[in-house]
Amino acid sequence: MTNERLSGSQLLLKALADQGVDVVFGYPGGVVLPLYDELFKQNRIRHVLVRHEQGAVHAAEGYARSTGKVGVVLVTSGPGATNTVTGLTDALMDSIPIVCLTGQVPTSLIGNDAFQEADITGITRACTKHNYLVKDINRLARTIHEAFYVARSGRPGPVLVDLPKDILTGEGSYVGPELVTHKSYHPVVKGETSSIAKAVEMMAEAKRPLLYCGGGVINSGPAASEALTQFLHMTGFPITLTLMGLGAVPASDGQYLGMVGMHGTYEANLAMHGCDLMIAIGSRFDDRVTGRTNAFSPHSTKIHVDIDPSNINKNVMVDLPIVGDVANVLGEMISLWRARTKRPDRKRLEPWWKQIEEWRGRKCLNYPPSDKLIKPQYAIQRLYELTRNRDTYITTEVGQHQMWAAQHYKFESPKRWMTSGGLGTMGYGLPAAIGVQVAHPESLVVDIAGDSSIMMNIQEVATAVQYHLPVKVFITNNKYMGMVRQWQELLYGGRYSQSHNESQPDFVKLAEAFGAVGLRCDKPDELDATIERMIAANAPVLCEVIVDPSENCFPMIPAGAAHNEMLLGPFKDGIAKSASENDGMVLI
Amino acid sequence: MVKIVEEIRYHTICVLVDNEAGVLARVIGLFSGRGYNIDSLTVAEVDPNEKLSLITVVTSGTPMIIEQIKAQLGRLVPVHKVSDLTVEGPHVERELALVKVAATGEKRGESMLTANIFRARVVDSTSESFVFEIVGSSEKLDAFIRAMTPLGLVDVSRTGVVAIARGAKPL
Ligand SMILES: Cc1ncc(C[n+]2csc(CCOP(=O)(O)OP(=O)(O)O)c2C)c(N)n1
Repeated sequence: MTNERLSGSQLLLKALADQGVDVVFGYPGGVVLPLYDELFKQNRIRHVLVRHEQGAVHAAEGYARSTGKVGVVLVTSGPGATNTVTGLTDALMDSIPIVCLTGQVPTSLIGNDAFQEADITGITRACTKHNYLVKDINRLARTIHEAFYVARSGRPGPVLVDLPKDILTGEGSYVGPELVTHKSYHPVVKGETSSIAKAVEMMAEAKRPLLYCGGGVINSGPAASEALTQFLHMTGFPITLTLMGLGAVPASDGQYLGMVGMHGTYEANLAMHGCDLMIAIGSRFDDRVTGRTNAFSPHSTKIHVDIDPSNINKNVMVDLPIVGDVANVLGEMISLWRARTKRPDRKRLEPWWKQIEEWRGRKCLNYPPSDKLIKPQYAIQRLYELTRNRDTYITTEVGQHQMWAAQHYKFESPKRWMTSGGLGTMGYGLPAAIGVQVAHPESLVVDIAGDSSIMMNIQEVATAVQYHLPVKVFITNNKYMGMVRQWQELLYGGRYSQSHNESQPDFVKLAEAFGAVGLRCDKPDELDATIERMIAANAPVLCEVIVDPSENCFPMIPAGAAHNEMLLGPFKDGIAKSASENDGMVLI
Repeated sequence: MVKIVEEIRYHTICVLVDNEAGVLARVIGLFSGRGYNIDSLTVAEVDPNEKLSLITVVTSGTPMIIEQIKAQLGRLVPVHKVSDLTVEGPHVERELALVKVAATGEKRGESMLTANIFRARVVDSTSESFVFEIVGSSEKLDAFIRAMTPLGLVDVSRTGVVAIARGAKPL
């Protein structure tokens, strides 16, 4: 501890600097003005001014997910703080490390319904990993260090620190991060060796194994992805990834079956259903993955590797849980697999692979082409082809376009794909893209958007323009809330209640009004040229692609159905085409 | 291929936490937010030097739910330890109740007699009322309160269950 006395604002900035923070996403207001004044006087930490506090959190998420670092948010009390709630919930659901600093009214006024007072620690208790209200200036620096530690350790998540104005203006002394250890929070990173050994034995025996991996692999860091790819090749097993896990192994890998879940591939979902050993790594048996749990993978023994013990046996009972960090556990699996004297016979997997190839032959992602209308899948495919050889990051909004992006954009490495998985937050993609672009100024950052979602945080175009962040917003415009329309078509008799956007802005003019570039395309043969122009623009772009408004996203496992009750579409007269499989699986 | 046992059981769980602002709200919020039952909950500081409090919570659920409850509690940042006394071996559970009975004449005498049988103590007395203090298992308290109901029961105040493992081993 140094004896130097610093103001709360100075202490805070020093603590942030010591945590390696180079940028904060924020929006000022009354009680945080002392801090903004201090920010003004320095140039160590950059402040990116968003246009809505929700945008600040999503931007910090994009920054965090594309770098592996903690994203930092700074907002004022009351409405500034409450505007962060959606973003914090999003970060909690998707395990994204965020530190959110909120101003608070002076401690003497707390509880008095003071101007712009909100009980933000009370409000966010359920949507943060942890939160703090700092009441003693001598605990300020310590609390900030603790907050960063909690945010990034174990299963990462958002941590909020509420800072009363008198704490920011008071004087206290500093403690460095090296002197701060946490009293109670020490997550387990090393998996139980005996369990890992058992898992390896089970894998060596399995005839129809399947690796089912998720965002935990990405969160564990690049070493985890490398280890997973290595293990994949050592074992010869098939692998499927969740929406959050895309890029954990290269999509081009021959052993990769595509995404699992509600809009996952035919082969991935049937492999989930038919496997005899499921090895879940950094995935959490989310209901969008499992479908109806009592029909979920009925014949498999299940191994589950997760850093969060509360994910074990939450939705699905597993036979062998391993609590630990993915990279750590995979590292040990690899050495144990290598150390086995008896090489597992790869031949045993042949019938399983043969079955999988048959499923693959179904080409479930194919769609009827059109030379008049741009099919949304085609738009994503072209975007992929024209950006795949660049240094590209993709974010998305939420809806059909998100699922088509997950299906048709192939990710070869981790941290390139940022989407709101657990919460499904429309309005996530643009601010997230801004956060990614701040972290990677030279890279191509594309937000794959729907016309409805983009309106939720459209104000952030101004942020992109202000900081010369050349994010590309690729809007597939079907004039509908497409995903809602799809459910209404399939499940509500085609009654399109409130899912049509009768009125839309002219996105080209809108872009121009913001000082960005606006592009529009409605013909398949002009699509490539439009995408090329979008990529070439050294400025933020709203690129509007008018797509077939009636297209549906398939395959689809309706909510509450089983993996082998998949809709393959396309629909004729509202009734799905049926196809029967020799093994008796029914496709409605 | 795990068989799911659906039998609902009561569990007494002790949670050692940092005695800091909001910690009880976190625990209670976890139960309400995730739809778990709280049948009883007590909390008090047990280590003033380390600033630790012990929360004893009685909850009920299937084994899968109970496992979830413990894992979710363990995940809260200020939680040091979660221990399920119901599965971890023999333990002692006690609850205290203050029971107010208003009666005169025959019923007054009978309430005194019943209190003696239950080893309840008189802690307040007026010409027309008693306040009894009774300590024991929750079932014993239930039985006492039932017995007092026809004798002029007015109010009951209960602490909820506190519990501790038998033997020398610490929590
Ligand atoms: C904030 C928020 N509100 C509502 C929803 C429900 N919802 C999910 S998808 C969707 C429609 C999205 O439409 P659009 O952005 O145009 O994408 P499309 O499905 O057409 O590709 C809606 C309303 C949501 N996910 N998030």
